[in-house]
Amino acid sequence: MDFLNPVINGFAVVLEPMNLLYCLIGVVIGMLIGVLPGLGPAATIAILLPLTYNVEPVTAIIMLAGIFYGAQYGGTITSVLLRLPGEASSVVTVFDGYQMAKQGRAGTALGLASIGSFIGGTAAIIGLTFLAPIVASFALDFGPAEYTALALLGILLVATISSGSKTKALIAAALGLLLATVGRDIFTGENRFTFGSLELADGIDFVPIAMGIFGLGEIMYNLEERHRAAKAPSAVANVWPSRSDLKQASGAIGRGSVLGFFLGILPGGGATIASMASYAMEKKRAKQPERFGKGAPEGVAGPETANNAAATSSFIPLLTLGIPANATMALMFGALLIQGVTPGPQLVEQDPGLFWGVVNSMYIGNILLLIMSLPLVGIFVKILRVRAAILAPITALITLLGAYTINNSMFDVTLVVVFGIVGYLMKKFGFEPGPLVLAFVLGSLLESSLRRALLVFGGDPLGFFSRPISATLLIVFVLVAALPGIRSALAKRKTTVPAQTAATEIKEKV
Amino acid sequence: MSPVQAASPVSGGGNSSSTVSSAGNGTNDLPLAEPDDLTPEQLAAQWEEEKPPAAGALANVGSSLVVIGVGIGAVVLSIAMGLGTPAAPQPGLWPFLISCVMVVLGLFQLIIGRHNRDAEKFTRMSVAPLTGLVTLAAMVALMPVAGFELPALVLCIIWMRFLGGETWRSTLVVSAVVVAAFYGIFVMALNTSIPHLF
Repeated sequence: MDFLNPVINGFAVVLEPMNLLYCLIGVVIGMLIGVLPGLGPAATIAILLPLTYNVEPVTAIIMLAGIFYGAQYGGTITSVLLRLPGEASSVVTVFDGYQMAKQGRAGTALGLASIGSFIGGTAAIIGLTFLAPIVASFALDFGPAEYTALALLGILLVATISSGSKTKALIAAALGLLLATVGRDIFTGENRFTFGSLELADGIDFVPIAMGIFGLGEIMYNLEERHRAAKAPSAVANVWPSRSDLKQASGAIGRGSVLGFFLGILPGGGATIASMASYAMEKKRAKQPERFGKGAPEGVAGPETANNAAATSSFIPLLTLGIPANATMALMFGALLIQGVTPGPQLVEQDPGLFWGVVNSMYIGNILLLIMSLPLVGIFVKILRVRAAILAPITALITLLGAYTINNSMFDVTLVVVFGIVGYLMKKFGFEPGPLVLAFVLGSLLESSLRRALLVFGGDPLGFFSRPISATLLIVFVLVAALPGIRSALAKRKTTVPAQTAATEIKEKV
Repeated sequence: MSPVQAASPVSGGGNSSSTVSSAGNGTNDLPLAEPDDLTPEQLAAQWEEEKPPAAGALANVGSSLVVIGVGIGAVVLSIAMGLGTPAAPQPGLWPFLISCVMVVLGLFQLIIGRHNRDAEKFTRMSVAPLTGLVTLAAMVALMPVAGFELPALVLCIIWMRFLGGETWRSTLVVSAVVVAAFYGIFVMALNTSIPHLF
C-alpha cells in the first residue's frame, strides 16, 4: 500500500480551503470562457498567469488546470444551443447536438455531454494515477541525450499535428527557440541578441510572451468582428437524460474515455483531435451511420467524453517527463517554472504533495463541473447574453494591468503589447502561435541538454544513436519529419487522387 | 479565437430551436427544409465560406521574406558570437543552427506555400485591431505619466462605442464601472504599485 499513501496524502492537499477555493475559481472561469465564444482556455490561462505569482505552486496549478478542463465542459453549451462551438474541441458536438436541440432535446444533449465529460474525465484521472508514476520511473534514467531527442520530437509533433501549414508551424517553433536564446548564455555567460539592452540580458520572460501572443494577440484578432451577437435561448429543460438515452450513449462514452485518454498523452494530441477522432469512430461503428448529423446521442456523448479524457491525460507527459504535449500544457510548464518547480520525472518523488494535489484536485473539479452543468446550467446559458464588445476591453485591461504587476515594470507591459502585435500578425498570416510558445518554453532545456549530451559524446553528433532510447526517438523524429514529403510523392505518382471532400478544418484554438 | 468564424446567418438559431421544438419531431422529416438542416459537410463548407477572404500570393512572399530576413540576421549575429566546435561550442552555435533551419524553412515556404490559402487578407475590418493597437500603445505611453484610470476609461469607451457598436449609454455606464472595479481591485484591495492618478 506504499504506492497509495502519497495518493491519499494528495487528497489532504486538495481539501485545504485555499486549494478548494482556487479549484472552484478555476472551474468556474473555465466554464465561463468555454461558454463565451472568443477567448480559448490557453488565452485565458496566459492572461491570468500573473494571478499565480502570490500563491503556492500547487494552488496555482490546480486553478489553471481547472480552467483547462472546465472549458471542455462549457464549450458544449454553445455548440448544442446555438450551433456556435465555444471551444475548438466542441466543434463536432455541433453536428448532432444542435440537431438534438432542434428536436427539443437540448437538455438531453447537454446532460449526456456532462455525464460523458464527467466519466471521461474521471476515467482519465484514474488512468493518470496509475500510469504517471510508471512513466516517471521509466524516465528517471533519461540523460541529456534522451531529453534532447524527446524535446525535439515533442516540438516537431506539435508543429506537424497542428492544422494549417506545417512549414509555418515549424517556422513559428524555430522563432520560439530563437527567442529563448535571448539573454545570457548559460554556459559561457556571454550576452546573446540583447542589443545592449540591460532588460534583455536576463532573457525574455515567459509570461509577457504568453500574455502577448496568446492573450492580447487573440483579443486583437477577435476585434475583427468575428462573432455576431448570439441571442441567448430562453431556457433549457430536463437536463437529466432518460435511461434509454444513457443506454444508447454508454458505449460511446466508454470508447470515448479510452480513445481520449490515449490521444491526450500523445504530443500534439489533445482535446480537439480526440473529439474529432471519437466522432469519426462512433459514426463508423454505428449500425445506421445516417443518423449522425441528425441528432444521434452518441455523436454528442462520444466526442464530449473524449475531449475531457484527453484534456486530463495530456497532463501525463508534462508531469512525468517535463515535456508539454500542447500549447496549454506549455503554459502550465511556464507557470510551474515561475514557481521554481521544474516538472519532470523527479516530481512524483520529490514533490508528491504537488503532484497528487493537482491530480486529485481534478476529481473535485469534475464533480463541481457536473453540478454546474446539470442543475446550474441555466445560469451559464444566461451568460451568453454578455456581449463580446463589453468583454474585449475588460480582458485587454486585465492583460495590461496584470502584466504590470509581474515585476512592477512598464517594460513588461510594453513587451506584452509588442508580442500582442506579433501574435495578431502571426494569426493573420496563418502561423500558429502554439508551437512558438511551446518551443520557447522548451528552448533552454533543449539547448542545455544538447550541449551536455555533445560534451558526453565528445562532440560527435552520432553519439545520439548509440543510446537505444534517444536513437529510437530520433528515428521517429526523422520519420515524422519525412512523412509529408513521402506522402506527397506517393500522391503525385497516383494521378487519380480522389477529390478531397469538404474537410472540416478546425484550428486548434489556443 | 473561435475556430469557426462567427455565427452563421441563421444564428437566430436560438429562437428557432424553441419554435421548432414546439413543432415537435415533425420537422425532422421535412426534406431539405430550412437552412438549419445542414449536414456536417454542408455546415463545414458554410463555415469555410464565412471565413475572412484569404490573402494572395503576395502575403506569402512577404511573410516568407520576413522569416528569411530574421533568419539571416540571426545567422550573421550568431557567427559574430563565435560558433566553436560541437565538442566545445561557443555561444553562437545553437542560435546558428536554429537560424539556419529558419532560413531553410522560409525558403521552402516561399516556394511551396505559394498556393496556400491560410493567410487572411487585411480588410476594412482590420481597422478595428489597428485602432485597438493604437489605444493600447497610447495607454502604455500614458500610464506612467497620467496614471491608469483616465487612459483605461478612454480605451473602454473607444472599444465599446466605436469598435463594438454599443450604445452611448451602456458604453459610459459599463466603462465607468469597469474602471472603478479595476481601481478597487488593483489599488485598494491588492495594493499594487500600478501608477494611478487618484
